[in-house]
Amino acid sequence: MTDLLLRDLKLAVRAGGGALIGVLFFLTVVAVIPFGVGPDLNLLSRIGPAILWIGALLSALLGLDRLFQTDREDGSLDLMLMQEHPLALTILVKCVAHWIATGLPLVLAAPLLGLFMNMNEVAIGAVMLTLLVGSPAITFIGAVGAAVAVALPRGGLLVSILVLPLAIPVLIFGVSASYAAVEEPAPFMPPFLILIALTMFFAVLGPVGAALALKNAGD
Amino acid sequence: MIRIRASGAILAQKESMTESLAITKISDLANPTRFLALAARILPWMAGATALLFAIGLYLSFTTEGDYQQGDTVRIMYVHVPAAWLSMMCYTVMAISAIGTLVWRHPLADVSHKAAAPLGAAFTLIALVTGSLWGKPMWGTWWVWDARLTSVFVLFLMYLGLIALNRALDDPSRAARVSAVLILVGFVNIPIIKFSVDWWNTLHQPASVVRLDGPTIDAEFLWPLLIMAVAFTLLFFTLHIAAMRNEIWRRRVTAQRRMAARMAGKEE
Repeated sequence: MTDLLLRDLKLAVRAGGGALIGVLFFLTVVAVIPFGVGPDLNLLSRIGPAILWIGALLSALLGLDRLFQTDREDGSLDLMLMQEHPLALTILVKCVAHWIATGLPLVLAAPLLGLFMNMNEVAIGAVMLTLLVGSPAITFIGAVGAAVAVALPRGGLLVSILVLPLAIPVLIFGVSASYAAVEEPAPFMPPFLILIALTMFFAVLGPVGAALALKNAGD
Repeated sequence: MIRIRASGAILAQKESMTESLAITKISDLANPTRFLALAARILPWMAGATALLFAIGLYLSFTTEGDYQQGDTVRIMYVHVPAAWLSMMCYTVMAISAIGTLVWRHPLADVSHKAAAPLGAAFTLIALVTGSLWGKPMWGTWWVWDARLTSVFVLFLMYLGLIALNRALDDPSRAARVSAVLILVGFVNIPIIKFSVDWWNTLHQPASVVRLDGPTIDAEFLWPLLIMAVAFTLLFFTLHIAAMRNEIWRRRVTAQRRMAARMAGKEE
């Protein structure tokens, strides 16, 4: 399992720079927002947490279709399907590797982008914390979409369409926890704890669903 | 010419098989040919009952008095509410069929959830459009990001995603199994989405002007509503069985075309 984690990480870092492209996309999306809504710093600082979350969500979706496709192309997916370990566990490890390679850079890039959005320190910290906790959930739920679309030649867009509605709860609680940290009356802990619960829940549902889909997608 | 005769012979064979298959147990329905026979028998009755109920329901909907506050626009409710109920029931039917696909590898279950997805999307669209039309005179706006509206909208997106997935895969049985997984994951997720959307709405617009429940329903409104609900449910099942029948036929035609092409290839 550790070997698989390291293998996936090495592949992600060395081949094609998928992680960096995700961060670059994140940067671009966030940079485009001020052109759309205007350079008003007050407005930007108010909508900043939401923008960062949406940007991170979209960037996390970007690389999802590659989660199983490279393995399918070089045949290692068949080996994973044949081994005696439960497939869901393998997928969980793959998801963790994918998240470290693509999700973690997004979390690390968030503070810099928060500065662009004129957010204060508390808000930046809150967004970073919620992204750290919440973005794995996007990867886990995205694994189902990636597994479903693995056999499709151009599954990337379809994965996003299928996964986005399912990721709405994560977005809602991530953003509301970030706002709760800044705005006084709303308590921070309830949405934050629900966000953690969502991540744990999807950590089970995602790999199990993806395993089921991969077993059935075979010819 | 030979091709046509060959497929004609197969068709005739299928016809004679249909005659000999009698339904004795509920599990016999699993056989697509038996299902076709049953569908042919009950579809006219179901269609008739649907038409009758719709006639009664629509008559009542148009003749009962309007609401003292909402006037005639309250009549939209008789279409809107049943459609919204059915949009959820359809997903439940699909989830049950998806279990049938994954657990029993049932060909009929495959056909069932494939046929139900466009119907569900259609009912959800009806609910959204009529709700929007009702919202304009009542709330003064076409669309509000109210918790209920939003979750129905998300449901609509999920239906469309499932249809897109089903179309993207060529092999029907694989498409069925893969989309069954997605249907079930979505089914588990729907309560979470509903809950989170409720949370989101109460956080962002507390005590809003929007109230979908309106006044407590009077018996005068209740009767047409119930009749319309039953009519809509029957309509759904009629369309669903008809769509399943069409899908089975479509697959048979494809299979026979393939067989005929193979035979034609051998002769040459």
